[in-house]
Amino acid sequence: MAPPSPRRPGFSRRAQYSIFIAYVVAITGAVAALILVLSARFDPDGHSALQSTAIDLTLPITKTGHWIGEGVDTTTGGMSAYFDAASQNTSLKKALATSRRQAAMADQIRLENARLKKLLSIQDKVIKPVASGALVASTGASSRRYAILTVGADRGVKNGQAVLGPDGLVGRIVATGRQGARVLLIVDGGNVTPVKRASDGVMALAIGRGDGMLVLRPITSNAPVFRQGDVFVTSGSGGLYRPGVPVARVTQPGRDGAIAIPAADPTRLDYAIVEPVFQAPPPLPPSSLTDQEVK
Amino acid sequence: MARGYAPRLNKGEQHWAVLAIPALSVLLGSLTSVLPHVTLYPLLPPFGFLLLLGWRLLVRDIWSAWAALPLGFFDDLLSGQPLGSSMLLWTLALLALGLCDRWIMWRDYRQDWVIASLLIILALLGGLAVANMSGGQTSALYIIPQIIVSLLFFPLIVRICGGLDQLRWSL
Repeated sequence: MAPPSPRRPGFSRRAQYSIFIAYVVAITGAVAALILVLSARFDPDGHSALQSTAIDLTLPITKTGHWIGEGVDTTTGGMSAYFDAASQNTSLKKALATSRRQAAMADQIRLENARLKKLLSIQDKVIKPVASGALVASTGASSRRYAILTVGADRGVKNGQAVLGPDGLVGRIVATGRQGARVLLIVDGGNVTPVKRASDGVMALAIGRGDGMLVLRPITSNAPVFRQGDVFVTSGSGGLYRPGVPVARVTQPGRDGAIAIPAADPTRLDYAIVEPVFQAPPPLPPSSLTDQEVK
Repeated sequence: MARGYAPRLNKGEQHWAVLAIPALSVLLGSLTSVLPHVTLYPLLPPFGFLLLLGWRLLVRDIWSAWAALPLGFFDDLLSGQPLGSSMLLWTLALLALGLCDRWIMWRDYRQDWVIASLLIILALLGGLAVANMSGGQTSALYIIPQIIVSLLFFPLIVRICGGLDQLRWSL
């Protein structure tokens, strides 16, 4: 006997109606979901409010597991370090000697710089970090790259603030819960970071590719070719990030831009600090005032 | 394979776990995305969706047509996708399976796997399209590894569903 379809329960009107209503609810719900999805494009804030609550509720699970995961992470890292220890040793010694020389030079330059700044009486804007926390999880199943940070609105974290790891820029806050926040990583395909080459200040845009790498596109058409190993730092244009934070290093130069690896590796379950928005966006022009003035 | 038509008369009142275990397993599957791991690559299979499909292919009448809406909503809260993404895609998948039941009445396990594979691929591509529409810009090439991992995980998921199915009726 062929299995009876669950959609035809027999002659009971009640059973037939309840199945019909279930389908009506499902299709109405699907249409509502479609509208929700479309609204995400125009009203991301409303969406992030609900998702921030979810961050707070699940943070205890993530935090407990983070503590275990950290142990596993260091063990595997330690084991893999044994494999090419000898060749690594020689190359590291060479690198150390070079960086010692460079450090000495940098010290000199720093002193000179401080002296010159004093001479010109320029005052650096001191940026105090808002809070510091750990990057504990990321959205592994979605193609968007968000990470969860363990500090939230309780500690003054707000949307739009920059998140910096020990080695460079990680991303920016896009949703804030009370105890946790969601960080949009710079490698997300859709996150654009204005950068400049550290050596000569050639401007470019670092665009996430969605697979952990960044694409660097020069802003001007006659920009010099990017070479392997070029380091890019934030340029500060746009006012979101302060200038001078390392963002990426070129690994694969191309004809039109280059592919780069991010300077800060967020996969290391590391600590990060949150910095305030570098420059608040300028206030809207007081249109009513100008109208009166015109009159 | 589909077991929904087996007569279960005179059973008395159902244990609460008979309905709760499938739903809770899907919620737990969605919770895997808050496990502590930071990836630069979308590689984690959508376990919530895999469990939803696994149960549906194992027990034909397990989900009401609207069941994917609350389950998908929970998944959306955690997965990083815009709200409504899983609600929409999971509901469409269940409706498609309803049509499938009418076209192919007798199915063996391999056919089920093929049907599930098609739905998984469509759901992941749909999820990518939704993510890209709401501001992302990821090429479909980068989710191919995730698709492969998800397809290979599916038999294991069906095993888990089978085990849980026995457990819930033995209570």
